[in-house]
Amino acid sequence: MPTNTVITDLKQVTIRFSGDSGDGMQLSGTLFSTLSAIFGNNISTFPDYPAEIRAPQGTLHGVSGFQVRIGSQGIYNSGDKADVLVAMNPAALKVNIDNLKKDSIVIYDSDSFESKDLEKALFITDDPFKELNLSTVQAIPVAITSLTKSSLQGMGMDNKEMIRSKNMFALGIVCWLFNRPLEIADQLLEQKFAKKPNLVQANIKALTDGYNYASNIHMTASTYRIETAENNKGFYTDVNGNLATVYGLIAAAEKSGLQLFLGSYPITPATDILHELSKRKDFGVKALQMEDEIAGISTAIGASFAGALAVTSTSGPGLALKSEALNLAVMTELPLVVIDVQRAGPSTGMPTKSEQTDLNQALYGRSGESPIVVIAATSPTNCFDSAYWASKIALEHMTPVVLLTDGYIANGSAAWKIPDMDEYPDIKPNYVQVNYKGAPEEWSPYFRDEESMVRYWAVPGTPKYMHRIGGLEKDAKTGILSTDPDNHQFMVDSRKEKIDRIANDLPLLEVLGDKDADTLIVGWGGTYGHLLEAMMKIRGEGKKIAFAHFNFISPLPANTEEVLRRYKKIVVAEQNMGQFAAYLKSIYDGLNIFKFNRVKGQPFIVSRLVEEFIKIIDK
Amino acid sequence: MEQDITIQERQPKDYKSINAVRWCPGCGDHAILNCLYKAMAELNIEQENTVLISGIGCSSRLVYYMNTYGMHTIHGRPIAIATGVKVANPNLSVWVATGDGDSLSIGGNHFIHAIRRNVNINIILFNNKIYGLTKGQYSPTSDRGFVSKSSPYGTVEDPFHPAELCFGARGTFFARSIDVDLKNQTDLMVESAKHKGTSVLEVLQNCVIFNNGIYKKYSEKEFRDDKTIFLKHGEKMIFGKDNNKGLVLDGWNLKAVTIGEDGYSMDDVLVHDAASLDNTLQMKLALMGTDSDDLPLALGVIRNVTAPVYDEEVEKQITEVQEKLPKKSFTEFLMSSSNLWEKK
Repeated sequence: MPTNTVITDLKQVTIRFSGDSGDGMQLSGTLFSTLSAIFGNNISTFPDYPAEIRAPQGTLHGVSGFQVRIGSQGIYNSGDKADVLVAMNPAALKVNIDNLKKDSIVIYDSDSFESKDLEKALFITDDPFKELNLSTVQAIPVAITSLTKSSLQGMGMDNKEMIRSKNMFALGIVCWLFNRPLEIADQLLEQKFAKKPNLVQANIKALTDGYNYASNIHMTASTYRIETAENNKGFYTDVNGNLATVYGLIAAAEKSGLQLFLGSYPITPATDILHELSKRKDFGVKALQMEDEIAGISTAIGASFAGALAVTSTSGPGLALKSEALNLAVMTELPLVVIDVQRAGPSTGMPTKSEQTDLNQALYGRSGESPIVVIAATSPTNCFDSAYWASKIALEHMTPVVLLTDGYIANGSAAWKIPDMDEYPDIKPNYVQVNYKGAPEEWSPYFRDEESMVRYWAVPGTPKYMHRIGGLEKDAKTGILSTDPDNHQFMVDSRKEKIDRIANDLPLLEVLGDKDADTLIVGWGGTYGHLLEAMMKIRGEGKKIAFAHFNFISPLPANTEEVLRRYKKIVVAEQNMGQFAAYLKSIYDGLNIFKFNRVKGQPFIVSRLVEEFIKIIDK
Repeated sequence: MEQDITIQERQPKDYKSINAVRWCPGCGDHAILNCLYKAMAELNIEQENTVLISGIGCSSRLVYYMNTYGMHTIHGRPIAIATGVKVANPNLSVWVATGDGDSLSIGGNHFIHAIRRNVNINIILFNNKIYGLTKGQYSPTSDRGFVSKSSPYGTVEDPFHPAELCFGARGTFFARSIDVDLKNQTDLMVESAKHKGTSVLEVLQNCVIFNNGIYKKYSEKEFRDDKTIFLKHGEKMIFGKDNNKGLVLDGWNLKAVTIGEDGYSMDDVLVHDAASLDNTLQMKLALMGTDSDDLPLALGVIRNVTAPVYDEEVEKQITEVQEKLPKKSFTEFLMSSSNLWEKK
């Protein structure tokens, strides 16, 4: 470290790597966030990539970004705007103008800012910074492409191969800027490319040369040291939401002693769940890629009937295809976990962008009176607990559970403390041969436990409990087909009551912030981090505000009404046009609800939230 | 769980449930159900280890009449659901009762893919060439020009032949029976169950209300011997009331001849090879009698070959991986992650 560069301490910083979708920005971003987490920072990441695998090079719609926020505290989300932008081409600069602060540092690859590159990004002048009105940012040109090429001369690589390592040269610069030791990055690269030692060598060389280049020219007047987090001792790894979901399912399978079964079909942004579970044959997981979404859920229903912890994973359009089969699971009262990693809709919508628009579909998207459990994960790491809860509720209450996550938390990652599995509650299904007290010949499949209203689970292979279930309404006592009016009303009521009573087993809704405030912020699912930070900022400005965030949506926590009625003003903030607000209104009369809705396919912007919430507080 | 270890001979009635059978009087489904009771008794399979899955349609009510585990599911999906049952627990004997509407129309995708995967399930395909439960619309197996409530001027589309779909999806077992042919039908169900992989048994089933008599020319005693041929693996392809007719090759095509006439002797008659991996001849046999009446309709096991079984392969992969890796708890797995660090 050159002595004449000043080191400045920062509590937190947001960095965005941006380039063509083939430039390796996701890898640079992932490596930087992982090594920062290992270094002791809290992290929150936001991969923002296009649906096209390789859009035409240098164009605006081919830009792929990876934002990471690191720091000691208050890292609840991936940050509004970037302190540092790495732009590998003019298009990457242009699409990120709204993601920059006034004094952001922009490190750009000057080799890719020639006039032909500017044309591709639809610039009309040869000064992109002036054209974009970015006079206040600190623009730092670095000939990243040519420097990478000279760095890798003599390693027996062709031109194309050498250029591919420019993301590592860029990462080296960022590592210098934030005083990250390269050893950890080297190790991560060795793991990542374990089977390609040549690539490891080249990438480490480019990374090191990038670091040294920045150091030698004293690229900026100051480098930065990010405070490390002081919290929670223990062992950590980093997970994104999809991986945490997978781990939650595996943990639940282990706890319940059941085989884990996944029936699925590839769909963005849920496919990683299929990928990860397909790898986990060591845990005996049977993960099947089926011919379509319907076969995905259908095989899962079959597996559930056969006694497995059965799961299907999808996104909004896939959930639509599954709805008829999901209703079969409602009617047959079989345990099933349905994971919907929400993306922007309707129809194909924006597959790689995130929103919370499937709530109505999850709650209501079926024929008939079809009550169901809906859970929404609140952060990448909370996907673990949510998937565990979803499995526990499905198995113990004989019901399908829809677990809503979203593209933002599914792909975003955070450091995750290895959980102590002894602290997680047992999972005990209501097996007929264990819990049913009567004689087997008197039993019928819709007999219920009196307290929980849960029917008994008789798994094929169990002698004396052969039975038939199905989509047709059955007599509550005999289990035989029935169109008796009173019986149907009774069964409709029983299915509803069974779901309602699950609330008795759920954690109560917590209120954060000023419990005695007039205004309550209400959110649900993946917006937790943004809303929490907005609440803290509002309190920082000396105003009183309370915040309640829902993890459990159907049924709602038992104290929901009591909490909501305490506040004069409730602002429900969600990434849809007001679905949760309408749901609350449909259950509780007379609440004074304000709505904050954004459906842009992008995460909330905390500063906007603060502004809008204060307006409501001051009303 | 206590297991019954004494070997008991099960009777057909042991597979009957308490539910009253509600098909129309005279429906071919009654015969199919009775054959299934007999076949299961002959196989002597435990009721608790047997699972019947059905979709929607008249055929699919069968599940309710079985004293086994069963699920009457939704339209078109029974084969996918049965795949889940079998893969989750390969020890179960898994059967599907389905129809031409259920599995060749709305569920066509699952039909071909289960066959392609060769999941070890037994599909009984009730083919009555009509939608019965919705009261008489044409089905994907109805002949071109068929007049029904939804085709008052006749259909303008060609039908599927189940065998073609099965062979097109590289099926490993295909057999055909006629509902009223009780003895052979029971035997074919037993053969289907013994086959490892997806077995398709197409049952030509009479709908007495909406499509009565469509198989009469094959099923009536006076025509049956001349209009059908019951194929047996390794045996000569002979048929006819007097067993004097046979199938021979005529160039690339099959031809029905009378033995002793036109210079044809028994030596010219083909021998049925259900186990041949090449399905060309089996396909020709399966399509006989469907588009013209010059050749007899083939009954019996037309194809029965050995191939890797999906549910077994799924388990095998797991076993292979587990044999290579030491058994770990979930926590041990996380703690051995290459991406782990300690905050002190």
